[in-house]
Amino acid sequence: MSDIDLKRMDEIIDKYKGQEGFLIQLLLDLQSEFNWIPRDALLRVSERLRIPRSRIYRIASFYKAMSLCPVGKHTIHICMGTACQVRGAQKVMDRVESKLKVKQGETTPDMAYTLKRVNCLGCCAIGPVMVVDEDYHGNVASDGVDDMLEKYD
Amino acid sequence: MPRLTSTQDLEAQRKKILSQRDPKTQTPIVAICAGTGCLGLGARKVVNAFEEELKKRGLENEIEIKKTGCPGFCEKGTLVVIYPEGIYYLKVKPEDVPEIVEETLIGKRLVDRLLYKDPATGIRAIHEDDIPFYKHQTRFLIRDNIKIDPKNIEDYIALGGYSALAKALSQMAPEEVIGEIKKSNLRGRGGGGFPTGRKWESTRNAPGESKYVIVNCDEGDPGAFMDRALMEGNPHSVLEGLIIGAYAIGSHQGFIYVRMEYPLAVENTNIALEQAREYGLLGENILGTGFNFDIRVHRGAGAFVSGESTALMNALEGKVGEPRPKYVHTSESGVWNQPSCLNNVETWANVPLVINRGADWFCSIGTEQSKGTKIFSLVGKVNNTGLVEVPMGMKLCDIIYKIGGGTPDGKKIKGVQTGGPSGGIIPEKYLDTPVDFDKLSNLGSMMGSGSLIVIDEDTCAVDLALYFVEFLCDESCGKCLPCREGLKRVREILEDIVAGRGQEGDMDKLQEVAGLMRTASLCGLGRTAVNPVLSTVRYFGDEYDAHIREKRCPALACRHLISYFIQPEVCIGCQLCKKSCPQGAIEGEEKGVHSIDQSKCTKCGVCYDVCPSKVRAVAKISSKTSGRLDSTQLSIERCPSDEDVRGDEVEIEDR
Repeated sequence: MSDIDLKRMDEIIDKYKGQEGFLIQLLLDLQSEFNWIPRDALLRVSERLRIPRSRIYRIASFYKAMSLCPVGKHTIHICMGTACQVRGAQKVMDRVESKLKVKQGETTPDMAYTLKRVNCLGCCAIGPVMVVDEDYHGNVASDGVDDMLEKYD
Repeated sequence: MPRLTSTQDLEAQRKKILSQRDPKTQTPIVAICAGTGCLGLGARKVVNAFEEELKKRGLENEIEIKKTGCPGFCEKGTLVVIYPEGIYYLKVKPEDVPEIVEETLIGKRLVDRLLYKDPATGIRAIHEDDIPFYKHQTRFLIRDNIKIDPKNIEDYIALGGYSALAKALSQMAPEEVIGEIKKSNLRGRGGGGFPTGRKWESTRNAPGESKYVIVNCDEGDPGAFMDRALMEGNPHSVLEGLIIGAYAIGSHQGFIYVRMEYPLAVENTNIALEQAREYGLLGENILGTGFNFDIRVHRGAGAFVSGESTALMNALEGKVGEPRPKYVHTSESGVWNQPSCLNNVETWANVPLVINRGADWFCSIGTEQSKGTKIFSLVGKVNNTGLVEVPMGMKLCDIIYKIGGGTPDGKKIKGVQTGGPSGGIIPEKYLDTPVDFDKLSNLGSMMGSGSLIVIDEDTCAVDLALYFVEFLCDESCGKCLPCREGLKRVREILEDIVAGRGQEGDMDKLQEVAGLMRTASLCGLGRTAVNPVLSTVRYFGDEYDAHIREKRCPALACRHLISYFIQPEVCIGCQLCKKSCPQGAIEGEEKGVHSIDQSKCTKCGVCYDVCPSKVRAVAKISSKTSGRLDSTQLSIERCPSDEDVRGDEVEIEDR
């Protein structure tokens, strides 16, 4: 597949021209542009900047914020930080897993949702916290999950 | 805005801003907390409602709406403060907005129900300082957050911002700045507690072409969010500290490393940098003093270990954020092998205070060895959750009861988890401990970045230890063997214990692996990873014993060792649990007694949560399992509490 927009790719790459130590920042930009990092995008970076693919792949596979597979239309992050944990985050996670019939880290077959665990979002005072796309939801109760997700269908 | 080219320019600019904000002529301000916490509780809708309401009444030019940083009382968000009176409204919803506008902004009357109400006396508090949550704090770092729009540098300047920078650049030699910081005994707020002044001095004295100063805002410690609140709520206070540090150390390039889980912090920091450059507070010839310095933001990409200093520096170089051995200190050889000084967000934010008010003032706050204030995130099973800033040395119990208002439902506190995954649990009997770096270490925990997670009797100590070990397994970079393999072995042992498969000798094995990891791991993550285990073994050994010997979880939290049971004499047949059960494991007619099919039950606990609080028919009971979870295990020991008669067996019929 090579349906990525090469012109847009090059614009992103060119932003970092002449800088040192930018590779992680560049990959994060690609992640937010495509919502994941397609193989062709990695190859383009390697080609344009003459960085070995292995080095790029190592970074892209190390960091949690970078995804090497396509993600669903909506991304659900459930915070599993300690404060959320002691206030019932596991129950929220269980509920979402059983509702969407996926495990954390997976995407529903219809590509509607990707479910991710995050190890603290810093909203500890209002836990459990669930973030759907960019909307933060605080004090989430496991029995309120169904209603909440309906809004994103 | 013309560049400020001298320290006099800065003062003139401050006067100009203040003259436009004369309290007598000032337009009323509606300050709305737009920190991530309040946003999660719907602050954006409240802001929109105010904008619409003011527009509807043609008041949009008469009354200013300010979207501010987080002042700390997240539990009661969305927070709205009406200035100049300083009326503090809590838990504001969009539907309250027309009333606030009509009553308070136009009619100058209070909306009673939105004020803080003392749970004991019922007395309402109008202003911030009357609210017990704030009254018992001593706030220098986060006090102004509710007055500052972090996207507007003028708000910071109006409150005296950048005056410490002006003082340092125009009146102090770099060595004097370091001397003042050393004298203040400011210690690193990121967890280690290393003296900041000494770190600065060794970076200044280290030979190197370029030197770097770095803000560590990779606040990965679960349960801590003070750095987020500072970085997104008052970014200029951190920038000011960093620029002063750069001047003292002789650095011309700084980095701010912000984790990408804090998108608002990234956004506000970038805006702050742009504005500081525009005002001549960053870049070439800062305030006309000939000092050049600039800052770049580096987003973290989701790796807990990258908060470790050497790992963070690797990431700044564009490499994988893994730690490296510290034979040579980063103050001598850090980013690109140049002398680099890394401090935590809160440490940098303390610097302008020390410079402005002096080391003697700073030393007057706190304990013998820990000076100043510390911001804690008070979270978990406590009534008033949020950020609290208190002098070092305040007792844990005062923080929890006076500021935090105790636990919800009056449950018994089991302890406080401090220091995140590198820390431990301090049991209830030590809650009169004054909090400072050394006292917490003596108790086998640590200050860490300042998370205080209150846990009550419903949390199992073994399960919590397992939680941290799982967290660290997920976050260990895998570079060194003791951490990579040690954590997995510890996890296996703990998994067995919580599942009722624990054996005599497990505790010895845990201690052995822990000792090895502590000695042989490459970085702090691995060396401290076993602290949550060791501290729970130390203080809650009886809970480990109950799991291993009796196959019983005293907190009724470990799902393999409990069952849910509907008490027939209490059940009213409302069908709530039946409708909520994701497994369809509950049977029963409307208004008839319900029962749980134990062979289908996955112990998710939804039935327990939805059972109306007036009924409470669903009970958690300790199940006698031996070995793995046995779904057909039907002989159940009923044990609502430790004191309750154990051995009173309830037989449930096989279905």
